[in-house]
Amino acid sequence: MFGEGILKGLAETARNFLGSYVSKKRLTTVQYPEQRLPQIEAYRNFPFLVYDGDDWQQGLRCVSCFICEKECPPKCIIIEKSTDKKPDAVGKLQFYPKVFNIDVSVCMSCQICVEVCPFDAIKMDTDFELSSTDRFSGLLWDKKHLAKSNEHYHKIHPTEAAAVDAQLAAERAKIAAKTKATAEAKPATPTPPANANGAGPNAANQPVPTATEK
Amino acid sequence: MTVTFLILAALTLAGTVAAMAMRNLIHCVLALTLGFAGLAALYLLLGAQFVGFTQILVYVGAVAILAVFVIMMTQSAIPAMQSIFSSFWVAGSVVAAAVFAVLAWAICRSGFASQVLPPVEAAVHPIGDALMHGYVLPLEIMGLLLTAAMIGAVVLAMHEKRRTP
Amino acid sequence: MTMSPIQQADQFFVTSQHRFVSYLPAEFQSLTSAILSVIAIVLVFALLFAITTVLERKGLGRIQNRYGPNRVGPAGFFQPLADGVKSLTKEDLVPRTADQMVHFLAPVLLVTAAFLAYAVLPVGRNMVLVNLNAGILYFFAVGSLVELAVFMAGWSSRNKYSLLGGMRAIAQMISYEVPLVLASVVVIMAAGSLSTVSIVDMQASYTGIWPHWFVFTPWGFAGFILFMIAATAESNRSPFDLPEGESEIIAGYYIEYSGFKFALFFLGEYLGMFATSGLAITLFLGGWAAPFSFLTWIPSYLWFFAKLLLLIVIFIWIRGTLPRLRMDQLMSFAWQFMLPMTLFNLFVAGVWHFMPSGIVRWLVCIALLVAPAILLSRSLKQGKKFAVRHYRFAE
Repeated sequence: MFGEGILKGLAETARNFLGSYVSKKRLTTVQYPEQRLPQIEAYRNFPFLVYDGDDWQQGLRCVSCFICEKECPPKCIIIEKSTDKKPDAVGKLQFYPKVFNIDVSVCMSCQICVEVCPFDAIKMDTDFELSSTDRFSGLLWDKKHLAKSNEHYHKIHPTEAAAVDAQLAAERAKIAAKTKATAEAKPATPTPPANANGAGPNAANQPVPTATEK
Repeated sequence: MTVTFLILAALTLAGTVAAMAMRNLIHCVLALTLGFAGLAALYLLLGAQFVGFTQILVYVGAVAILAVFVIMMTQSAIPAMQSIFSSFWVAGSVVAAAVFAVLAWAICRSGFASQVLPPVEAAVHPIGDALMHGYVLPLEIMGLLLTAAMIGAVVLAMHEKRRTP
Repeated sequence: MTMSPIQQADQFFVTSQHRFVSYLPAEFQSLTSAILSVIAIVLVFALLFAITTVLERKGLGRIQNRYGPNRVGPAGFFQPLADGVKSLTKEDLVPRTADQMVHFLAPVLLVTAAFLAYAVLPVGRNMVLVNLNAGILYFFAVGSLVELAVFMAGWSSRNKYSLLGGMRAIAQMISYEVPLVLASVVVIMAAGSLSTVSIVDMQASYTGIWPHWFVFTPWGFAGFILFMIAATAESNRSPFDLPEGESEIIAGYYIEYSGFKFALFFLGEYLGMFATSGLAITLFLGGWAAPFSFLTWIPSYLWFFAKLLLLIVIFIWIRGTLPRLRMDQLMSFAWQFMLPMTLFNLFVAGVWHFMPSGIVRWLVCIALLVAPAILLSRSLKQGKKFAVRHYRFAE
């Protein structure tokens, strides 16, 4: 009948209005800067560079192979390769990125760089408070800003990080075993040939790396 | 002649002159509305509240909106680049001056201007009484006429709709 | 002149204005007192606007199980200050193709027209700026200026959405002005006066403890409901907020306004709402009169503002409840329901006037109102057939 639906609606809104003062369950709003929701493990927002060990410059896993730069759909990654080689976290001589910049304002958080990286050097971070008062240089993050330790990776994505570490350890063990075998096969040879991964001459003498941290 | 009268008269004149002189037709209507409002204020100054407020209600509220809509529907938004003076402006001003002279002569002859009238109580009550008692038949006839006009307008507007299945 | 303390409290603002003015030379007295009253009206209703915005946002929030603004000041009640600072410091953008002069004048005219209406609203005993003989007529005459301002805003922005919004707003305002005026005519018939002050004076007496408000009669109640519906549409509030329908025409006629001009539009809209609510209070709810005879010791202006706040709360509540109408629904509601109902209501008011008082009069008048309401709403419902819609100009 006439006006009945309007009265029903008014009663419903009145119940919501009064109920929001009575039951806290109705107010689902989280008062953000003071309160935060617990982070979901699968959450990911923006890439960062993983380093092993304590020194971020030495420990960077990135060897500046340019795959991520080529794959990046919005082209927000800028890499310059170094001309020399430096020992990495496990002491192997590697190329390293002289410049590694990511433009925050361009990145679309697609995670393709992470998927294509053969060295597990770039991973997704969970930090979402990326705003800056300087919209040009403040949003172009350099190598130093991007580098975060493996501990950090373990903190934000523990399951994934453990899997990555296990895989890395297995690969390194395999390489170590292979180089050891070649070294044993040709003991007279003073310098064993560098293998595909560019393992340096002293790689054979390295102790077999386990899961790097923990 | 009080200051209020002078201000209102200047405003009314400015509005009407601008209505004639402006290039954009919508501006003309808006300026004319200013003239209407000034006229209404002059009525109020004379103590004729009913007439003054009806002037605002009808002319500012309805006629101006109607005029503005008609212009907007028929004209393009870009004002025409021709002169606001027509080619017959000399003849026109002569005719206007002649009409004004005749009117002024008639008013001056009637002795209306020199006559001092007793102040009229032009409140709402007497007007309502007059409309509802003395002039009730003309009022009703006017109402009928307007209703007929409105129905005619509706029929004209409906016509197109009936044709489409 | 001696007054009891209650009267003193009631007339505090009137006497203090008189006392202040009496210190001035005689030729400035009337002018100064008028200016003081105008300043008071502007300040009080602008403050009410600020309070209403925060109440509305918090109330709507609670209706939707949210907090609403709660950051600025205690419980977010200084939010209007922050909003004011924001709108004042914002860049004032005017489209390059806009008609600069008309674009500038539109918000000015809107706010001026909205403020002019308050001149005849009696906010308390002896507290009215001018007691006009034709007060109600003045109110509606000034209200019609708003349409012109809306047109100016919609046309001068040179934007299709603003033009559409302006045309919608004008069509809606013209359509609903008819039932608005006709709904208030019943009170004018009963009171025999167009003066707001004498209309309130008529309602400020009591039988036992009950007041003689016009809303407590069948035609008064129906008139009040019809008036409030028309007032909601006049002030472009939900569910009649098509002129600014965000989902279709973004913000309607004020789409090209930013910064302080936008704030002026907002202010004008709320002032229009307060003014029509104030007129509803004056016409139907006894103006500044207390609802019971034993409550007359509370100052009259407090009663007026309490009633105004109540109506504002109802407006907010309705806004939080009802969805927006469609344009054809809006128009058919105005012309097929509101207009016949207000005309019936006029007839009922006449019947009430000529019948001897008693229970029979009540029953007859209620029957005369309820029957057409049911029939009209039935016919409106039956007219709704779902079919392929034909658009005359969009094929």
